[in-house]
Order: sequence, then C-alpha cells, then structure tokens
Amino acid sequence: MEQFKETMKGATLIAKKELSGYFSTPIGYIVISVFLVIAGFLFFSTFFLYGQAELRAYFELLPLLFAFVIPAITMRLFAEERNTGSFEMLMTLPLSTIQVVTGKILAATLFASIMISPTLVYAVSVAFVGSPDIGPVIGGYVGAVLLAAAYASIGVFASSMTKNQIVAFIIGFAICIVLSLITKFLYFISPKLVSLFEYISADYHFQNIARGVVDSRNIIYFASVIAISSMASIYQLEVRR
Amino acid sequence: MISVRNLVKHYGQVKAVDGISFTIRKGEITGLLGPNGAGKTTTLRILTGYLQPTSGMVSVDEFLVNENPIEIKKRIGYLPESAPLYPDMIVYDFLQFMADIRHIYDKEKIKDVAIQCGITEVMHKNINELSKGYKQRVGLAQAILHDPDILVLDEPTNGLDPNQIVEIRDLIKELGKEKTVILSTHILQEVEATCNRVIIIDKGSIVADDSTTELKSARGKDIRINCVIGGTTFEGIQNALKNISGVKDIHHIRDDGQLCYIQILTRADIDLRPDVFNCVKDSDWTLYEMNREYRSLEHVFRELTVGM
Repeated sequence: MEQFKETMKGATLIAKKELSGYFSTPIGYIVISVFLVIAGFLFFSTFFLYGQAELRAYFELLPLLFAFVIPAITMRLFAEERNTGSFEMLMTLPLSTIQVVTGKILAATLFASIMISPTLVYAVSVAFVGSPDIGPVIGGYVGAVLLAAAYASIGVFASSMTKNQIVAFIIGFAICIVLSLITKFLYFISPKLVSLFEYISADYHFQNIARGVVDSRNIIYFASVIAISSMASIYQLEVRR
Repeated sequence: MISVRNLVKHYGQVKAVDGISFTIRKGEITGLLGPNGAGKTTTLRILTGYLQPTSGMVSVDEFLVNENPIEIKKRIGYLPESAPLYPDMIVYDFLQFMADIRHIYDKEKIKDVAIQCGITEVMHKNINELSKGYKQRVGLAQAILHDPDILVLDEPTNGLDPNQIVEIRDLIKELGKEKTVILSTHILQEVEATCNRVIIIDKGSIVADDSTTELKSARGKDIRINCVIGGTTFEGIQNALKNISGVKDIHHIRDDGQLCYIQILTRADIDLRPDVFNCVKDSDWTLYEMNREYRSLEHVFRELTVGM
C-alpha cells in the first residue's frame, strides 16, 4: 500500500506536468475544438433534424471519434521526448518506468475527460426538453472515461515505440480503429466467432456500459486493455535501453 | 565511491564500450577524454542508468546500477549532452517540476541554484527561447538542485562562447570542491583547466588513466630542449654537451654564421637546462635562447589515440 502511494505520487507529478503541457501549446486547444465540432454535429443532427431528445447518436459514434482523437492526444507523449532527447533526462530521474507510463496515461485520460466535459451541456439541454433516462447518460460518460483511458494506454504504447509523432499517431489510430469497428463486420464471420470478436471489441463493451448496464465483464475488459498496453509500453521503454 | 568493472556495451554489431574499468574516489574531478565516438557518452549513460550494459558492472556507493537504479539516480545529478530540456516549459516551472520529483519542498533552494548558475533573469522565459549557454546553465541548475554527491556532465561546455566556457568551468571547479564530478569532453584545454584526473578513452577502451600532472610529465618519454648559442660551431657544442649525463642526442638545426641552432633530446622527467647553461658559461660562449618544450595534454592525447 505504501509502495502504491509512492508510485502514484511520482505518476501524479508526471501527469501534472503533461497536462499543463497540453494547455501551454496550441495542440490541446486544436484537438478539443475538432472534437467538440464533430461531437456537436453528431448530437445536434439528431436533436434538431430528427427531434429526438437523446444522446444515443453521440455515444454510438464516440468510439470511432475517440479512435481518431485520442491517438492525436497521446502521440507526443513519448515520441517527442525521444525526438528532443529529454527522454534521457526523464529516464535518469529517480522515477520508475511504471510511474512514468502511468503518469502519461493519466494525463491523456484527464485531458480527454476535460475535452468531453463541455458535452455535458447536451445532457442538460436534453433534460430540459425531454425526459431522458438518466442511467444511459451516466453510463455513457463513465464508459467514455474508461474508453478514453483504454485508448490512451494504447496511444502511449504507440508513442513509446518511435520518435516520430506521425508514426505514433498512425499506429495508435490503427489499433484503436480496429477495436472500435471490429463488431461492425460481424455479419461476415461465422457465428461461432462472434462472441470472441465481441469480447475483444472496445465498442461492444462501451455500448454495454452506455446502455446504463454496468457489468463487471466490461470493467474487466477496459482494465485489461489498460494493463496490457501499459506493460507493453514499459517493456518497450526498458528493452530499448 | 563509483566503481566500473569490465563494462561492455554493444549497439547491434558495434562495440561502443569494450571492457572499461575504473574507480572514482570521492572529491575528484575526473575528465573522460576521447575523440568523438570513443564511447564517453555511452559510458556516462550507463553510469546514470539510462542505458543498460551488455555486460560488466557499475556500482555507486553500495548500490549496483542494474539492481537499485532508483537509489543511484537519487545520488547523481546528470546533465546530458547538449542539455535536452522540455522546450515548452518555463524555466521556473521546469525547475519546480524537477524539485518535486526530487522531493525538494524548500522554495529557497530553486532561488539559490538559480543564483549559483546565473539564470535568475531568465526564470520566467520559455526554455525554447533561451540561448544555448543559458540552456546549458538551466541543465546544470537542474543537475545540482538536489545537492547530489555525484555530478555527471556530458560535454558541459559544448557549443558555448569563450566567456560562457570560462564561467561554466569556474562553476564546475567550485562544485568540485565538495562533490565528485565526472565530465566528458573532447576538448583538451577543458581537462587541463578543470580536472585533476584524466581517463582517456579511445575506441571503447581506456588508453590512459592518471592525474593531469602525471600524464603531462610522462615518465620515460623524450622531450626536446631548443638552444641558440653564439661564438662556437656545432662540433664544439656537441663535444661539450655530450658529456652531460641525460643527453640522448643533439641535433643540428641550422647555422647562420654567428648563431648555431641546436636541439637536445632528453628524458622528460629530468631538466637539463641548468647543466646546459653551466656548460655554455664555462666555455665562454653566448646563450641567446633556450627553451624546454612544454609537453601538453595535446601531445599525450595524440600519442595515445593516433600514435604520433
């Protein structure tokens, strides 16, 4: 327990530094704007065009949107450090690799949470004009944070592999888009494999939570994606020394 | 306090460091000298725990670098080559971040270090706006922030202007009074000016490891004394000087009628100038010039790394 506290202390320092880094350069504001424009379009198209007071369309496409936006958030986390050489300074500080990786994932997740928080306005406006089920709204936002954390760990792993931010983005995007879209192709595969594909699909687990049903299996899925990608990042950073 | 044993590091097929061993005692300023690509940076990177050695062992105090890297990193202040800092951070925020990681909560400490490194006037600037000299100083400030016992500096004066070089060297010498300092460089004057011990590395191996003065005196090596003598011929000088013990050879450089230019070859650890002078005096010649060639570290370095 004492050790866990110590680990989190170091990770928090890294997270704090990275999070303020997002807001001291234009990239943070650009990513947030792009996200809000697309999210706004998704929401308002059902709200006004179809006259439905609900967030379903927004949450339905959120995994796809995240697969694009989250790797853009995480691409710089290690790649930039490797490129400028500050990686050497970072790795010679009295911090463990676990602390560094955890801190960076935490920063990206927090940033993503800040990014989606303005969309809470949609939930409020929906509540004014209709009477939405509160479960799916809460579930949707909880799921969104979990999804962001999972994609952030994948993105951090992608960033740990290279010193080129574009390459880091493409690798992260490729993995996340597969996890987002894999259930969309279920019509073409044998029914026996469907449950397997559903299990590895981030979209499937996210939609379950966003329905307002929190099942331990969904939580375990996101926890394992985070754990596996973090370990992969740690391996990447340790082995290439 | 720092002990390196049979350190080997391969990058794929390339042997960057090939069996280096040395021990550094407390309070020494050691210069790691070598041509570019000799393995200096790699050695320092292993020492600071950034790279893992292919084989061999590095220990600081009682800690081994591959077993207890965190403990070692706490004791070392490290300035990597060309001071890679976070370009988007403000200097003060950067030092604050470093202080937090090192568990330093005393706000005065950052101020003290800033004064010591002469960066008080740039504390509010973005790091990417700084000149190379200031960046180097911020890097140095970061390295001494937690008052480490050991200071590892990789080419600390690289790319600085002459004034800045002098300032940084003075600062290193000041710090070296109470800390163990290891610095790498390919500039010989730097070692002569700051270090009291030199380790010369070439192609991944140590070719010399001694105190600066000892290396320059170079026991067993030859040195030349140049003389200009008037009132005699070369034959006369030769006959008189060859009786002095320690004279290995006498060369005739040239003769312009009145003055005779000669060169006396002798061992480096004895000084024959008084004997030559007395000989000239006794023979009633005139001594116009006499100088003993100064053996610089540059000589030693070229001898050891190129073989001339």
